Amino acid sequence: MMENKKFPLELTGPEIPMVRFDRVSKRYGDLTVLDALDLDVRANEMVAIIGPSGSGKTTVLRMLMALELVDEGVIYVDGTPMTHMPKIGGLVRASKSYLRKMRENIGMVFQHFNLFPHMTVLENCIEGPVQVLGMRKDEAEQRALDLLDMVGLADKIDQYPARLSGGQQQRVAIARALAMRPKIMLFDEVTSALDPEVIGEVTQVIRKLNDKHDLTMLMVTHQMGFAREIADRVCFFCEGKIAEQGPPEHLFDNPQNERTIAFLSAVLDAG
Amino acid sequence: MQEYAEFLMAYGPRFADGAVVTLQQAGLGTLLAVVVALTTGFMKISPILPVRWLGIAYIEVFRGTSLLVQLYWIFFVLPLFGLTLGKFTAGFLALGLNLGAYGAELVRGGVQSVPRGQYEAAIALGMGPFKRMRRIIFPQALLNMLPPWGNLLIELLKSTALVALISVSDLMFESKQINMTTFQSAQAFGTALIIYYVMARCIITPGMRWLERRLALKLSRG
Amino acid sequence: MFDWKWDFTIQILPRLLEATLNTLMAAGFGYLIALVVGLFFALAQRTPFRLLTVMVREFVEMIRSTPLILQIFFVFYVGPQFGVRLSPWTAGMTAIGLHYAAYLSEVYRAGLDSVPKGQWEACIALNLSVPRTYFKIIIPQAIPNIIPGLGNYLVGIFKDSPMLSVIGVTELFHVATAIGAETYRFLEPYTLVGAIFLAISLPAAMSIRRFEDWVRASLGMKKLYTKD
Repeated sequence: MMENKKFPLELTGPEIPMVRFDRVSKRYGDLTVLDALDLDVRANEMVAIIGPSGSGKTTVLRMLMALELVDEGVIYVDGTPMTHMPKIGGLVRASKSYLRKMRENIGMVFQHFNLFPHMTVLENCIEGPVQVLGMRKDEAEQRALDLLDMVGLADKIDQYPARLSGGQQQRVAIARALAMRPKIMLFDEVTSALDPEVIGEVTQVIRKLNDKHDLTMLMVTHQMGFAREIADRVCFFCEGKIAEQGPPEHLFDNPQNERTIAFLSAVLDAG
Repeated sequence: MQEYAEFLMAYGPRFADGAVVTLQQAGLGTLLAVVVALTTGFMKISPILPVRWLGIAYIEVFRGTSLLVQLYWIFFVLPLFGLTLGKFTAGFLALGLNLGAYGAELVRGGVQSVPRGQYEAAIALGMGPFKRMRRIIFPQALLNMLPPWGNLLIELLKSTALVALISVSDLMFESKQINMTTFQSAQAFGTALIIYYVMARCIITPGMRWLERRLALKLSRG
Repeated sequence: MFDWKWDFTIQILPRLLEATLNTLMAAGFGYLIALVVGLFFALAQRTPFRLLTVMVREFVEMIRSTPLILQIFFVFYVGPQFGVRLSPWTAGMTAIGLHYAAYLSEVYRAGLDSVPKGQWEACIALNLSVPRTYFKIIIPQAIPNIIPGLGNYLVGIFKDSPMLSVIGVTELFHVATAIGAETYRFLEPYTLVGAIFLAISLPAAMSIRRFEDWVRASLGMKKLYTKD
């Protein structure tokens, strides 16, 4: 049992954050990757996470998706604990099936796309809805077609991933994640593995999502310009903690923390 | 040369009969080996420790002793435990159990060579472990496994020759019989060697390549 | 019926252990032959003489694609057909040596191929003679890649030694079968044979895996075998 007096069984109050990291820590042996992290994300907010490598930014997303387990602390999704299950008297570590249920609210797009190579674009996008949500195949296909149309790949539905460019594959990956109708979308450095000329097609899609859909989004990125343009809030991570956070104008134009300043100038120098 | 042609005319049918039995042994042995390989291969990567140990034990025992010893054990010793098998059955049973153990390593290797990202993408979509394996991981593992399986099948074909030692009338057995009656050892054994060679290079190798191509098309890496 | 006689077991054990020594010797000698002849096969395929390379290649393929036991019979019986009598040992060693030479030649070949092309070119640029190129430059670099593959076949040749029994070589399996025929008891002899094989091949396989990891580690490569 967790020290359940310190961690509530569920979040209450007028404005519950969509995502809350409550004193979350993660260690790999001697290395502390996340250090008692507190992070709230409001519904429909778009949060960009930036920082040097090893600062823990990707771990934040992976733990929200339960690809890694927390060592300490609790993560809440829409008021309900995700990493732990409420039991009589307190919280216990979530079982695998509980995690699977909670994951239904969250979609993730990976740096290396991870499309299923043995399925067509359309099949990739209906796989989740049909196999996991139990949707009928024709319904799932309709949903997939709409999404693929939105990302601009309606003409590629019968192609296999190997035939698509990186930018196209990533857009399919976004459609695939959206097909599960998550409340929260996670973008893990989704443009880092792309050739420069196709980065735009992907950021275009993310922009569209942000404008038109009710989605809470967390985006780990190196694309400072894009983050500044689209994010509601930017968090600068350093050594497992949030060193500084705020609206993009504040963070980019007027950083307070010296580490933030150092990081930003290094990034800008590199062009 | 003329003599050899006469030899072939006289004994060709017997070689052919033997070759058919060899192919039967190889075919049945392969089916069993695939089943054993899949079963024990997955046992070896199971998260349940006793299951894993059982798998490892099976694989180590069957790889650590020779096929010939296992064959004799099945044919001569099992009857003492009440299980008497005909020689034909004992033959492909030993083949399947033995080569299945080697195949298990190939299954394990194939599954473990599927990139981690595929697991994560399947998890992100909410798939449970069985769905994940069946729909995402194993199809990809299959394609990775095929080339080494081709080599294993050739080994299996060669190993069928051992069943002659428990008097199954396969190609090896026939060539021995023919040698005993004609004393034309070079012709008898030489012909058998050629037939085995043809079976390996002209049936198995192209066959596996065809399978690889078909699968690659389906999984569309090609 | 399952009815293990321990006193019988102890009675036959010395004979079986003696035969095990024979087996180990047979495997050892066969392996030595294979090491040398295999190298010859590998190098012969790298000469500029087209006829030689093709012939050796086809010969090696032939041996690798056909059963060892058939090859053993062939070598043993073909000799007398042309007037040459070979003892079981000689015939056995020749057959198994040739068979494994074919496998080892592939290991050598892969090892030699793994040496970067640039090394060969450097040797040409420095005007090194062919023997020098091979022995001082290429082979030393190929060895770390070759050793692991060689180890696997050492265990393999040991496990294939029972096949020699069919031409009368008095190795372990042959003796076990003889005991069975004499006493009509097969349970203990064959089970012991299995146990002895396991007792030798499992530690051998493990040491080879450790050795392989050590070789790779001292080259800065990652471990190939984890605790699994």
